[in-house]
Amino acid sequence: MKMSANWLTLSPNWWVKPGFGTENMTDLFSKFDPLIAQREALLSTGITDPFSLVMQEVKSPTVAVCNGRETILLGTYNYMGMTFDDDVIAAGKKALDDFGAGTTGSRVLNGTFQGHKECEDALKEFYGMDHAMVFSTGYQANLGIISTIAGKGDYIILDIDSHASIYDGCAMGNAEIVAFRHNDVEALEKRLKRLPADAGKLVVLEGVYSMLGDVAPLKEMIRISKEHGAMVLVDEAHSMGFIGENGRGVAEEQGVMDDVDFIIGTFSKSVGTVGGFCVSNHPKFEVMRLVCRPYVFTASLPPSVVATSATSIRKLMHNGNKRAHLWENSKMLHKGLLDLGFKLGTETPQSAIIAVIMPDLERGAMMWEALLHEGLYVNLARPPATPAGMTLLRCSLCAEHSSEQVGEILGMFEAAGKKIGII
Amino acid sequence: MTDRDTFYEKLTGLIEPFNKKGVDISETTTFAGDLEWDSLTVMDFVAEVEDAFDIVISMNQQAEIENVGQLVDAVAKLVG
Repeated sequence: MKMSANWLTLSPNWWVKPGFGTENMTDLFSKFDPLIAQREALLSTGITDPFSLVMQEVKSPTVAVCNGRETILLGTYNYMGMTFDDDVIAAGKKALDDFGAGTTGSRVLNGTFQGHKECEDALKEFYGMDHAMVFSTGYQANLGIISTIAGKGDYIILDIDSHASIYDGCAMGNAEIVAFRHNDVEALEKRLKRLPADAGKLVVLEGVYSMLGDVAPLKEMIRISKEHGAMVLVDEAHSMGFIGENGRGVAEEQGVMDDVDFIIGTFSKSVGTVGGFCVSNHPKFEVMRLVCRPYVFTASLPPSVVATSATSIRKLMHNGNKRAHLWENSKMLHKGLLDLGFKLGTETPQSAIIAVIMPDLERGAMMWEALLHEGLYVNLARPPATPAGMTLLRCSLCAEHSSEQVGEILGMFEAAGKKIGII
Repeated sequence: MTDRDTFYEKLTGLIEPFNKKGVDISETTTFAGDLEWDSLTVMDFVAEVEDAFDIVISMNQQAEIENVGQLVDAVAKLVG
């Protein structure tokens, strides 16, 4: 049934009207008209455009000057606050001096420097896995691994609320795609049972789902997947560094690391840089470097980025106090927002993401703007990125937020919420 | 009644609880256009159909199905 929201291929029956004012030319942009109209309607109310914020100055992992105003950052996924770590910055500067600004090449040609190997070694050590492959972004890691390992005749079974990079990896490959209801163990099992026993199967899960900040029941899902002969890929982008005994993520916390075939992650959250990766114990994993197109046909990360990333990853191995403080922040914000009367995405704080559910896009945008005027930046998330057509104000906490800042944040939410009439 | 009629009847029965607008259902009724289903409704409906016939309709297959008649044919083929 043709739907545009989650399944990202545009249906061929998006009938485009003949272009107005142009002869013999169909305007390919006509398909975006509904979105253009929605955006214009929103901005015509005089509201600040939530999707064109500029940070003129970044003072720390938690404070920036946004649109000219000093602002507390509560929507940057900078969970461990590594962006301004002294050792991380020193490593980047040294790599710039020693290796230059960029690699100007693919990993499989001239783009693998000493730093790329050191970064992959740091990942192998961090996860206790045999193989690590660094991509230029987390998006490309999902795109590359998923589209490459599941081919024609294979099945990919994924949670309906999966990230766009997972859906795009599916769309790029040739496998059959089967979705199941979000975090529904029984729905996953039913589908696995109905698929041909001898077909190749890849179950794709996320440790923390980034929209609502909820955690997956990986233990049950992975057990069931293995019972049905499926390989399992878990995207741990939003758990690295602070969930699990060694910060390896939700799979570690639930004691099922050994049953995960592939972990996908990113450097652009806890690590505080940019880049993506896949770690695995599969004995043939290294062949991925030859067959995975989003790895082969793009330039590798600059030397400074792999140096800052490797340094940050090694520091994330030993950060018990920061992790504990991040959890304190998450609990304090979650309880405070509930006490103020806001509706949240999860009943309990399950991760460093707290999603505040807005009644609709218009009031969501008004609330976002009111918070910005108070001096607080959060993410405005809206359909189709969000599940169930929800508009969310997504808050992501940082280990560098002080308890006082969390208190200030709650004060800002109270003022803005009353102004907009949501609480 | 042919097998296809049986599938048609069972499927229109499954559509009914999701037919909030009370649209008259026929072979040519479209899910996106006539029934105005959003992606969530589609997901719930597909799950109902899958459970009722003990099949899996992949997203690749779903993308090819626009109307009720096409759904009947697809399900009939999957049940085999």
